[in-house]
Amino acid sequence: MAKFNKKKSGDMPAISTASLPDIVFMLLFFFMVATVMRQNTLMVENNLPFADQIEKLDKKDLVMYIYAGKPSENYTKQFGTAAKIQLNDKFADVSEIAAFIAAERASKREELVPFLSTALKVDQDANMGLIMDIKKELRKVNALKINYTTKKGSVTGE
Amino acid sequence: MAKRAAPEVNAGSMADIAFLLLIFFLVTTTIETDAGINRKLPPMEDENVQPPTIKKKNIFEVLLNGKDQLLVEDELMEIKDLRQAAIEFLDNGGDGSCKYCNGKKDPDSSDNPDKAIISLKNERETTYKTYIAVQNELVAAYNVLRDRRAKSQYGMTFAEMEANYDDVNWPGNKTKLKEQIEQIKLEYPQKLSEVQ
Repeated sequence: MAKFNKKKSGDMPAISTASLPDIVFMLLFFFMVATVMRQNTLMVENNLPFADQIEKLDKKDLVMYIYAGKPSENYTKQFGTAAKIQLNDKFADVSEIAAFIAAERASKREELVPFLSTALKVDQDANMGLIMDIKKELRKVNALKINYTTKKGSVTGE
Repeated sequence: MAKRAAPEVNAGSMADIAFLLLIFFLVTTTIETDAGINRKLPPMEDENVQPPTIKKKNIFEVLLNGKDQLLVEDELMEIKDLRQAAIEFLDNGGDGSCKYCNGKKDPDSSDNPDKAIISLKNERETTYKTYIAVQNELVAAYNVLRDRRAKSQYGMTFAEMEANYDDVNWPGNKTKLKEQIEQIKLEYPQKLSEVQ
C-alpha cells in the first residue's frame, strides 16, 4: 500500500519555468526584426492630411524624408509659429534642401540613386507657399519623384 | 588542493533580461508603412523652348485661392463635386476619335482623353490640406475611368490588376498583365499639370 500512497500525497507539481526565457526570446527576436527605429525626432507638428487614393511607400531605404509644419510647442519660443522645414534632426532653410538631397544621394549605392524618392510629410495646416518652395528646390536638383505622405481616410478629415 | 566543480551560473534572471529587451523593442516598433499620393515633378524647363500650343477646350482649369475656394472652369465648386466634373471632362471624347469614351461628346469640351489636360493652380496661401484634397479628387477621377475601362476590357478593376502584378503568388501571366496595365494607362494617361 505504501507504494500507492506516495503517489497520492504529492501536490500539483510546479510548472517548470525553464522554457520561459525561450518563449520571451522568441518574441524578442520577432520584434527586433520587425522594428523600424524612428530616424528623426520630430521638431515640427506633423498632423498629416487625409486622402484615399494612396499608394504604399515601400522600400524604406530609398526614401528621403522632408518634414514641414509649425515648430512644436517646445520650440515656439525660439523659432516662432511660422511653418518651417525639418531635415534630419534640425530646422532648415529652403536653400539647404539641395545639400540635403546631395548628402542622401551620396550615402546610397550609386545604382540605387535613380530610384530614390522624396516623401513630403507636411502638416495639414501648412500653406502651399512653403511646399511650392520645396518643390522648386527639388526640381533644381532633379529629385522629381515625390510622395505627399497622407493618412488613409476621407479627404474631409473625420 | 580542494577539488571544486565550477559553480553553475544562475539562469533564473535570464527571463528578466529578455523581458527588458522585449519591452524596449515593443515600444520602439512601428510596423505600419507610410502611404501617400505619388507625383512626379516636371524637370526644370529650358527658357528658350516654346511651350506647345494647346486648345483651350482641352484644358480643365482648377484654381485654388488663398481662402481655399475652388474655381473650376470659371465656376465656383465644392470639392465633393470635383471628381465628377473631372470625369466628365476627361471622358468627353469631343472629336469622336475615342472609341471607349462614354462622355457627352460635347464639342466645347475635351477632344480625347489623350489630349485632355488638367491644370491645377494654387496660391501661396492655400492650405496644404485643401491642396491634397483636390489632388486626391483628381487622381480619383483618373482611377475611376481606368477602373471602368479595365473592368469592361479585362473583367477586373485597374487597382486589382496592379495588386495582382505586385502579388508574388498570383498564378496568371505577368508579362501579359503588364501589357494590359500599360494599355489602360495609355488610354487614360494622367496629364496633370501644375502651374508653378
